Amino acid sequence: MTLRLSVQVYDALRQHGEETYPHECCGVLLGHFLEEAGRAVNAVEEAVRAGNTRTDSAHNRYNIAPQELVKIQRAARERGVEIVGFYHSHPDHPAQWSPTDFAEAHWIGCSYVITAVEEGAARVTNSFRLAGTREEDKAFEDEAIEVTGQLDPGYEPSPMGDAARK
Amino acid sequence: MKIEIPYPLRPYTGNQSAVNVEAGTVAEAVSGLTSRYPDFQKHLYTPDGKLRSFVNLYLNDEDVRYLPEREGTAVNEQDTLSIIPSIAGGD
Repeated sequence: MTLRLSVQVYDALRQHGEETYPHECCGVLLGHFLEEAGRAVNAVEEAVRAGNTRTDSAHNRYNIAPQELVKIQRAARERGVEIVGFYHSHPDHPAQWSPTDFAEAHWIGCSYVITAVEEGAARVTNSFRLAGTREEDKAFEDEAIEVTGQLDPGYEPSPMGDAARK
Repeated sequence: MKIEIPYPLRPYTGNQSAVNVEAGTVAEAVSGLTSRYPDFQKHLYTPDGKLRSFVNLYLNDEDVRYLPEREGTAVNEQDTLSIIPSIAGGD
């Protein structure tokens, strides 16, 4: 399993986590579900920022309003892309899924990207595919992140961006 | 009316991203979907028949849970019902 995204999208979702620090950021990944030589690839074309409705505990919780998700999904379909994953940040916490992440994960087949943001700087970014067929047998599985392309001329990555890139 | 199916639930609709049903209410629309695709039922409802807590039904831009008549709300051919699992988490 692989999550494929451009360096611009990769840096954008990490930068989002830095901007919202010490709160969690969240967003939706749009693209295509691909099968390449028996390998499942979630190919991202765009990351859409979403609001975190968990203002009561934004430092360690996130929630995307379903109404916002409906609008994102509708707009995506009109452009011929799908929701293939989601991203959020873990402020001052490792880039590993938590029991809360697992309990609240319901989009089987989609990628869940987590970026650890330490003292305001994006560090490690990991992706986990929600595997299984239903709620009762779902499981997070590690997936590789394949970053494609090159930075636009003049783009200034975050100080930790290159160090954390896989 | 059209029912939009999210990717995780498409294996239960023959991989269709949208299904058209004839219905007079939201409940009839969902019933039309689950009668055509019986496997869909258990992904929407708990064994005791309640809509799973993480499943959101949106009639156009409105959350069905908060409509005055909820699943009894009338629908027409131009309406779209979106089934959208929730997305949340945290460390």
